[in-house]
Amino acid sequence: MGNGTSIGRVRGLGSAHSGSGNWLQERFTGIASLVVSSYLLVSLLLLPSLNYQTVRDWIAHPLPATAMALFVIVNFAHARSGLLVVIEDYVHEHGSKFAVVTLLNLVAFAGAAFGLLSIIRLALGGA
Amino acid sequence: MASADKVGASNRPLSPHLQIWRWGPAMLVSILHRVTGGGLAVVGLAVLLWWLGALASGPAAYATFADHAGSWYGVVVMVGLTWAFFQHLCSGIRHFVLDIGAGYELEANARWSVLTIVFSVVLTAGFWALLLLR
Repeated sequence: MGNGTSIGRVRGLGSAHSGSGNWLQERFTGIASLVVSSYLLVSLLLLPSLNYQTVRDWIAHPLPATAMALFVIVNFAHARSGLLVVIEDYVHEHGSKFAVVTLLNLVAFAGAAFGLLSIIRLALGGA
Repeated sequence: MASADKVGASNRPLSPHLQIWRWGPAMLVSILHRVTGGGLAVVGLAVLLWWLGALASGPAAYATFADHAGSWYGVVVMVGLTWAFFQHLCSGIRHFVLDIGAGYELEANARWSVLTIVFSVVLTAGFWALLLLR
């Protein structure tokens, strides 16, 4: 827990238990998303075609594979932060909020795991 | 116990909502930011996982994805997602400016709100033009 100083109270350690932690994470992942999402959109424009062979060969290379792995991590984290705020705004009953936030966390981690495993399989030549 | 459980629930004062406030550009862009964010999180990430999963599963699964993505409803979803991305990007950048305490003057606020919508439509049209004309 925080030591009661002003900075300690806003670092996710104060009486609100969450403080500004998620607000900051939303911003950090937003900036990261801007970078990796631009990389994906430019890559899609630069690829000669979007057929299976072309896209598979592209994503199997180390740099695109790393960028797409980061794309999955960053955008699932950003989506989780944003949807958490939406849930906190609209779901007020404590039991329902706990259930919906739990579901959000499960889906976010499961989705990110599936995306990462797909990219790793492509990058390591399994597909 | 009942009253303690209800704190934050039904007996809290409510602030005026959409039907009370007069509509303006800033309000519209604020709502668009949340709607496009929700759409990208739910629909966009689902399409992303389908695309990655199909790629990792092989040519047949990718062909199924490409058939749906290339159909009329697939194109509607894809264009919708790119517009939602660019709108969320532009209004997100606007939020960063507001976060540092700038851009709250009424005229500037309204102008940049409208411009996020203009930029998102232009960027969406530009992206699809480049994609289809390459």
